[in-house]
Amino acid sequence: MMNISELKNLSLRLRKHAVNMTNAGKSSHVGSILSMADIIAVLYGSVMNFRPNEPKWTDRDRLILSKGHAGAGIYSILAEMGFMKLEKLKAHCKNGSDLSGHVSHRGIPGVEISTGSLGHGLSVAAGMALASKINNKKNKVFVIMSDGECNEGSIWEAALFAQHHKLDNLISVIDRNKLQSINSTEETLKLEPLLDKWKAFGWSVVKIDGHNHQELYKNLIHFDEGKPLCIIAETIKGKGISFMENNNLWHYRSPQGEEYEAAISELENKNA
Amino acid sequence: MRDAFTTALTKLAEKDKNIVFLTGDLGYGVFDNFESRFNQQYFNVGISEQNMIGLATGLALEGKKIVTYSIGNFGTLRCLEQIRNDACYHDVNITIVANGGGFSYGPLGMSHHTTEDLSIMRAFPNISVLAPCTEHDASEATTALINKEGVGYLRLDKDSAKDCFSKDPFVIGKSRRYKEGKDLTLIATGGILSEAYIAREELKKLGIEARLVGMHSIKPIDVDEIKDSTQNTGGIVTIEEHNKDGGLGSAVSEVCMDLKMIPKKFLRIGLDNKFSSIVGTQQYLRSRYEIDNKAIVKKVLELIK
Repeated sequence: MMNISELKNLSLRLRKHAVNMTNAGKSSHVGSILSMADIIAVLYGSVMNFRPNEPKWTDRDRLILSKGHAGAGIYSILAEMGFMKLEKLKAHCKNGSDLSGHVSHRGIPGVEISTGSLGHGLSVAAGMALASKINNKKNKVFVIMSDGECNEGSIWEAALFAQHHKLDNLISVIDRNKLQSINSTEETLKLEPLLDKWKAFGWSVVKIDGHNHQELYKNLIHFDEGKPLCIIAETIKGKGISFMENNNLWHYRSPQGEEYEAAISELENKNA
Repeated sequence: MRDAFTTALTKLAEKDKNIVFLTGDLGYGVFDNFESRFNQQYFNVGISEQNMIGLATGLALEGKKIVTYSIGNFGTLRCLEQIRNDACYHDVNITIVANGGGFSYGPLGMSHHTTEDLSIMRAFPNISVLAPCTEHDASEATTALINKEGVGYLRLDKDSAKDCFSKDPFVIGKSRRYKEGKDLTLIATGGILSEAYIAREELKKLGIEARLVGMHSIKPIDVDEIKDSTQNTGGIVTIEEHNKDGGLGSAVSEVCMDLKMIPKKFLRIGLDNKFSSIVGTQQYLRSRYEIDNKAIVKKVLELIK
């Protein structure tokens, strides 16, 4: 289990991977990956049980990235944890590569499921959590969703199911960066009061700072018997790179040239 | 066919605790016995088809053998992307059952007319698409799909060909030949084989001997039978309670073109790119849209005259 300082360093490495991968692959969604970097760092660094040399270990905790467009973040953390070589990350989005922009499980040990179309992950996660209940397994199933994803009706179908069947082994983390594809979530399709919505759906809900490792850890290990847990992690899209923060341009824009240099240099300085 | 399916499912569940049945809140009273006997293997997931396929995928990834149940288009078209991305891409053991193929629910209106499912479902990789023609087919198809790795689609019709019997084993990807004949081959999929059977007997009275094939497996399809029918009979007529585009007739045509073998005569009998805004019994709508036995006889006579 990593301590806070180690988790912070891991987050920083994940941010560098995000910039390098989207640069080399000329791909999008760097802002979305930066937004959830601290969440996945804490999950893999300190919370989840897994075995990199035995990716299908039956008692492992499962993580599903429902916001599949941040797939590079999952590939990075898996490589950092030893599921694959860091060198492989260079293939992201290149011709012939299996490291697709939206996360794919095929050929990538450690990826539970492929996503990319929003609104799929929570249902699959609920199915896995239900299977664990039926099989009397103690593992947990984590799912990371975007806030914009909560526009999808299927999320609320799954939310109903999870509370009805008391899936307290299911933890959803909403990356609440308040921006979606074109505009803010509130300008697009108002989500607030989001916490009340999940509460009304019968979930145990907390709202936390999604960049605070201590708070993330404390809440990710929280257990409320008989209730699935929803963590609304308040985040900043593009977190860690000043000119990307809260700027939705970086949902699609790929860091190239001077912008790439500036981004990497900013992260390098944080390292110092 | 639903009873045959339910009976087969129950038998399998008795022996295999990994079978889990999910219904999208349909089948009132039909699964009461199953639910009471196999409480941990039955879930009414509510009216939420997208969630149902996602759940099915999650359960199947954990080693369960899943059967999802709904009627008509709900369990397929409503959750089509979940079937593609979640079920098929992950190649999991899920059998998607749609009760009420074609005009089975004729009086209920367009929403319940299931007339494009075969073409849409067969468009995906990693799926078997079955449309049983008889009660026996329905039972054996249930067993075959549940015991097979990968995704399967099972279309259950209200009607079935009650006069057709076969001693051949049921194999996914093969068909069943019920009658021999040199002049022509009638290939039907689903319960509408009953109409093809009557038409075949009527044609016989007129001196036309037709081979009768029940193509219960649309994907994979029985290439050998199509090849043999092309080579050794006077032509092929396909019959389906389904839109012509992409269905049985299209699938048979694709095989012929791929094999560079053109049947001497060829006709697709099905729906002509129409939604039915009128309602009626399955029999009435078959007659109205000229896919019943009388229409088959008439069209065959026109084809071979």
